[in-house]
Amino acid sequence: MPLLEVRNLVKHFGGIKAVDDCSFSVEKGTITALIGPNGAGKTTAFNMISGLIKPDSGTITFNGKRIDNLQPHQITRLGVSRTFQISRDLMDMTVLENLVVQFPTTGFWGLFQASILHHEEERAIELLDFVGIAYLAREKAKNLSYGQKKLMEFAATLMTEPELILLDEPAGGINPALMDSILERIELLNQQGISFLIVEHNMDVVMNLCNPVIVMAYGKFLTQGPPEQVQNDRHVLEAYLGEA
Amino acid sequence: MALLELENVTAGYGHGPDILQDLSLTIEAGRSYCIIGPNGAGKSTLMRVICGLLHPRQGKVTYKGEVLNDMRTDEVLRRGISFVPQDRSLFPDMTVMENLRMGGFILSSRKDLHNRVEQVLQTFTILRERSSQRAKTLSGGEQQMLAIGRALVLNPEVIMLDEPSLGLAPKIARQIFEIVRQLKDLGMTVILVEQNARMGLESSDWGCVLDLGTNSFEGPADTVLNDPRIQELYLGKRRESRRESWK
Repeated sequence: MPLLEVRNLVKHFGGIKAVDDCSFSVEKGTITALIGPNGAGKTTAFNMISGLIKPDSGTITFNGKRIDNLQPHQITRLGVSRTFQISRDLMDMTVLENLVVQFPTTGFWGLFQASILHHEEERAIELLDFVGIAYLAREKAKNLSYGQKKLMEFAATLMTEPELILLDEPAGGINPALMDSILERIELLNQQGISFLIVEHNMDVVMNLCNPVIVMAYGKFLTQGPPEQVQNDRHVLEAYLGEA
Repeated sequence: MALLELENVTAGYGHGPDILQDLSLTIEAGRSYCIIGPNGAGKSTLMRVICGLLHPRQGKVTYKGEVLNDMRTDEVLRRGISFVPQDRSLFPDMTVMENLRMGGFILSSRKDLHNRVEQVLQTFTILRERSSQRAKTLSGGEQQMLAIGRALVLNPEVIMLDEPSLGLAPKIARQIFEIVRQLKDLGMTVILVEQNARMGLESSDWGCVLDLGTNSFEGPADTVLNDPRIQELYLGKRRESRRESWK
């Protein structure tokens, strides 16, 4: 049984079919890539998997359980975590608070308690250290650069101890040297049993980190396979990669 | 004489720490520059200081000998410096044509505005095809072309681009870097900030490494690209083997 299974998913926005009868699955223990041209429907698929938007039709199952009718927090509790662009409200909070708010027993209202529980703070600091920005823990989120915010968002996904992490362009806007260390961390987490579904345009990352690679185009599933197979697929070359 | 010069510039936001620290950088006319560096090094802040969105706390920014330090953004624009920000900052509900016209908001003559927009549409034919479409309905690559096109309406001498390839599919990112090269060929001075550092440097004449708010190394782009220490610190030492396997 796949860890995540998407079947015949459809989503329209007005007259536009963003996702059009799309099916794919993520096996447990894999780092699966989801690639495709801009506008292929990758982010819309992500939004449906994490419960932000509801599909018009089709099903999504996680560990054999239907999740397409659940709320985002319920899906998170089942073990699916994803990066979110932080909302304006959280921008005035510190980096540490942004992580603690993700903790299942804390939540937003927990921040108004007399003090944040010690072990939650410890966990948050540990994760910030893991992504290399522990020195920014007391900094307000709004003062972070684009890349630093992305690192904070990545650390935040780990607060809920997920089984599957959805990452939307983890390499975008991240310095290549730092990205190497992030990739090592993703591999380490994967060895510890966490599965990943990653939308990414950086082909160095996709081809060396991910297997299998799923390709979407025009809202549909185009092909799937190991990286070396996908990178030589004529349709993928035409639609997405262009001439190398 | 240098076209644009930053001398010992220190800058930061609100009461926060200095992001740029004693930064000095000389920009020569007609050259293209790629600025690389770690996250939080101050690359975007540097661009904001040049275009007047943030005023330096100390130091001096001069353009053709004129001090820009306390100028408003529109005054900097009038002098020939345009900026394409990282988030593109398009007007999502306006059409492509309306967005382009907004790029010429400081032009007083309608005829000038019309001619300038027309020239941009000749360069970016895809924008003409999409001229009545709302900006938010464009693909990522088209939105980036619109953001660049809008910055070109004022026919700037200097164009600054903050991570133009961000979020774009490889095929489209290559097209954007090709446009960057064309801008330079058209005689513009280009300042590019890129985390896609290799492609950015490959498309530029000169490379600058910004670290901890200061200019820590600069030189011809291919020198920066091939410097083993810079590769290790800023370009990712595992990249070569990855690229080989990818090819």
